[in-house]
Amino acid sequence: MLDEARERFLKFGPLSMTAFRQSVEAMIPALRRYARALARDADIADDLVQDTLVRALRSEKLFLGGDVRSWLYTILTNLNKNRRRSLARRPQFMPLLDNNPDASGTEAEGRDIARALSTLVEEQRAVLLLVMLEGLSYREVADIQGVPIGTVMSRLARARAHVKASLEGERAALRRVK
Amino acid sequence: MTDPKIPVTEDELHAYVDNELPAERRGDVEAWLTAHPDDGERVQSWRTMAEMLHARYDSVLDEAVPKRLEIEQLVQRPRRWLYGAAAAALVAFAAGGSAGWIAHGQASTPSAIQTLTLEAMDAHKLYVVEVRHPVEVPGSERAHLQQWLTKRCGWIVRAPELDGSGLKLIGGRLLPGPNGPASFMMYEGPSGERFTFYAAKAKVDTAQMRFTTAENSGAVFWSDDGVGYVVSGPADKERLKQVARLIYDQMDKKSG
Repeated sequence: MLDEARERFLKFGPLSMTAFRQSVEAMIPALRRYARALARDADIADDLVQDTLVRALRSEKLFLGGDVRSWLYTILTNLNKNRRRSLARRPQFMPLLDNNPDASGTEAEGRDIARALSTLVEEQRAVLLLVMLEGLSYREVADIQGVPIGTVMSRLARARAHVKASLEGERAALRRVK
Repeated sequence: MTDPKIPVTEDELHAYVDNELPAERRGDVEAWLTAHPDDGERVQSWRTMAEMLHARYDSVLDEAVPKRLEIEQLVQRPRRWLYGAAAAALVAFAAGGSAGWIAHGQASTPSAIQTLTLEAMDAHKLYVVEVRHPVEVPGSERAHLQQWLTKRCGWIVRAPELDGSGLKLIGGRLLPGPNGPASFMMYEGPSGERFTFYAAKAKVDTAQMRFTTAENSGAVFWSDDGVGYVVSGPADKERLKQVARLIYDQMDKKSG
């Protein structure tokens, strides 16, 4: 983290502390949105955002110019990866009933997309959300994940195909029930 | 102008939807989509997917930001639970009562330290109330207890001598820890107060001691050479500090 900070400093020069804090603050709503879609649980999502902000603010003294936005997404993405790694050995609890075919329109659709997201592997979900929800460029996502652009594109293609199949599969299943 | 006869690739379809395609190629892709309805349908489904994502998650942007995420709050916060320097750590107990680092991170991404300390405190709470079966191997079989736990845990387990602090070894047991087996030993003072000493593998690269309290118990954590140690007891910081120091000193002598 510190090396990264130093590198950015050398590249972009200093930014005043106030400007830094303001640019971090301006990002909170978008970070919360990304975290919510990534972690699927509002409390866990805000914990991730909080840890991200704490980390970012801890490095402010060095500071650190450049693209605060990308940098914050990077921290959050990495924290989530670590979190999932530490969760991997814990029992996972799933709701018994989260499927309500009677729910109408947008509500049911929102659940569908959330469930489709949950079936993606971590890297693909992050790519899909960063590009489609947060509007980041392929280049930025490649930097965030530390992979070549080609990898980002193949992750995105696989994620889209998977979500599409998942959404269609669910609709087909519902039709069969009715 | 690129050659419209060059077939449009899968990557280009994605790039087209994501506005990553060079402007001069967009016309080609649009012509392609008209001629290839299957691809057209796929591209449309990706757009619908994006709309669904925004419909589902954009409302978060309008929510009031919770207090705990306010910059002002966060700027004050971290120092309280990141404390002290290495060896002198014994004195560096986090002040400020129960609002320590455990309370901070409990629901979020628990660090190795937090996980281990929570496990130890859970074990403490579970077993100190036991009257008849607090331990598996009684303190009278100290040598056997040490040998057994050493064998099972994979590091050298010693039951510290705490008689100087008025604490008698009741015995110990083997427990499942966060990263494999954990050793657990229980001590009792003259008025029946119980302390436990828990150890398990932990990837923590700090030797500094930390103190925390939860409900009516307190705990002191430190680590050494890949093993994390937690002393739990009544929430009396001075007393816990004294016990932890005794244990720490004995271990130091053995390894040094």
